[in-house]
Amino acid sequence: MDDDIELRRLIDTIYSRYHYDFRRYSSASVRRRAVQGMIALGCKTFSGLEELVVQDPAAFTQLLQYLTVQVSDLFRDPGYFRAFRERVVPVLRTYPSIKLWVAGCANGEEVYSFAVLLLEEGLLDRTMIYATDINPSALQAAEAGIYLLDRMRAFTANHQASGGTCSLSSYYTANYGSAVFDRTLRKNVVFSDHSLATDAVFSEVQVVSCRNVLIYFERELQDRAVGLFHDALSLRGFLGLGAKETLRFSRHEMGFDAFDAEERWYRRH
Amino acid sequence: MVPAALGARAGVEAVVVGGSAGAVAALGEVLPKLPADFPPVLVVVHVLPSTPHLLAELFAPRCAMRVLEAESFAAIERGCVYFAPADYHLLVTRDRRCALSIEPPVNFSRPSIDVLFESAAVAFGPSLVGVVLTGASHDGAEGARVIAEGGGRTLVQEPATTEVPVMPAAVLAAVPSAHAVPLAGMASALRAMVMAP
Ligand SMILES: C[S@@+](CC[C@H](N)C(=O)[O-])C[C@H]1O[C@@H](n2cnc3c(N)ncnc32)[C@H](O)[C@@H]1O
Repeated sequence: MDDDIELRRLIDTIYSRYHYDFRRYSSASVRRRAVQGMIALGCKTFSGLEELVVQDPAAFTQLLQYLTVQVSDLFRDPGYFRAFRERVVPVLRTYPSIKLWVAGCANGEEVYSFAVLLLEEGLLDRTMIYATDINPSALQAAEAGIYLLDRMRAFTANHQASGGTCSLSSYYTANYGSAVFDRTLRKNVVFSDHSLATDAVFSEVQVVSCRNVLIYFERELQDRAVGLFHDALSLRGFLGLGAKETLRFSRHEMGFDAFDAEERWYRRH
Repeated sequence: MVPAALGARAGVEAVVVGGSAGAVAALGEVLPKLPADFPPVLVVVHVLPSTPHLLAELFAPRCAMRVLEAESFAAIERGCVYFAPADYHLLVTRDRRCALSIEPPVNFSRPSIDVLFESAAVAFGPSLVGVVLTGASHDGAEGARVIAEGGGRTLVQEPATTEVPVMPAAVLAAVPSAHAVPLAGMASALRAMVMAP
């Protein structure tokens, strides 16, 4: 449509003014998200929205909530976590210490899923989890570990389907409609702001889990992100992706072996 | 057979289809009747998240076109039918590839017909045809409006020939230029739109 150029300008301005780089995100989704943000912020055009966010950083903070997609669940796709438990954990057990990077952790659902699983497998004490995202309010929510109690029924079913050995309810306390996850779960979790689009590798890790983030990237940016994972992973380290993501179109496909193709676990070589 | 108003303006480069209750049976009256070299067809059907893969597998053996589940980055090609995977929105990018998203449901649906139609309208403009089949929701009405805004056209299953008329009726109410076509004539109406010079 004719406002393509305006949208491009908005995205360029966000990058130069706030250093959030959406320039190589998949156009269809960015447009959809930007339209939602535009409506929510009471603007009529992308140019109007651009003007607003340039003048008002608070408006940009609001827009960021629309530009990033925070949808997640505990143990989303239970088969993924089951494969991790049954096939990856036995390998990790042989390591003296483990570092796990959850890239694009949203409100923390994936982080608590891994923490619960590793606790059940007796590995949480020797695991360091890096939980990263570009959305500061998501990181805050992730650190707080508080979810609507209404969601726990579905999370519990997922946890069971993933091979959970204890009751999920033993890891949180219910409090006025909220479920507050036990703080000991995040004893070894570092939450930090990190962009797969602009930042560099920060540590060597044995496992990367990056789910439902790459689907929003254009191929080039995907290649950048997978390149980071390749560089961060130790030899024979594990990479897990979302249910509809593969390395098939990636420049780095040759740098990994399929470990559990169905559940999207890969291994670095 | 085809109303004069449906005669081709721009050539048809893609068809987007949406349906809900009763749509799997209705699709069975449409997709198998499309020829192997037909323009690409992208389909959103509201199904339970517990029935993944099924749709593409169900239709593949019955169709002359290649039937696939849509994957991120897959180029949208003539001769192919792309089904939205269960629990993901299907969108079309500016450079005419499939894109998936797990953003929240729209009209209580993921995948949502509006999400597919709106993004496809941006990518294909006047060369897009939307088809709304039987269903009990209003998903698709806003999408059809956006298709019309971009110069594309929309056909709906004649409400009297549906299992549930709500969805096509909502489109007819929202988009004056939408045409109702009986289910039995839908495939030939589409073929005629593609053939017309
Ligand atoms: C749909 S959520 C995925 C949540 C979780 N991983 C899951 O699969 O359930 C996508 C997350 O990726 C984050 N994100 C988007 N762009 C990013 C980038 N360049 N670097 C890191 N995270 C990013 C968003 O802020 C959002 O929290």
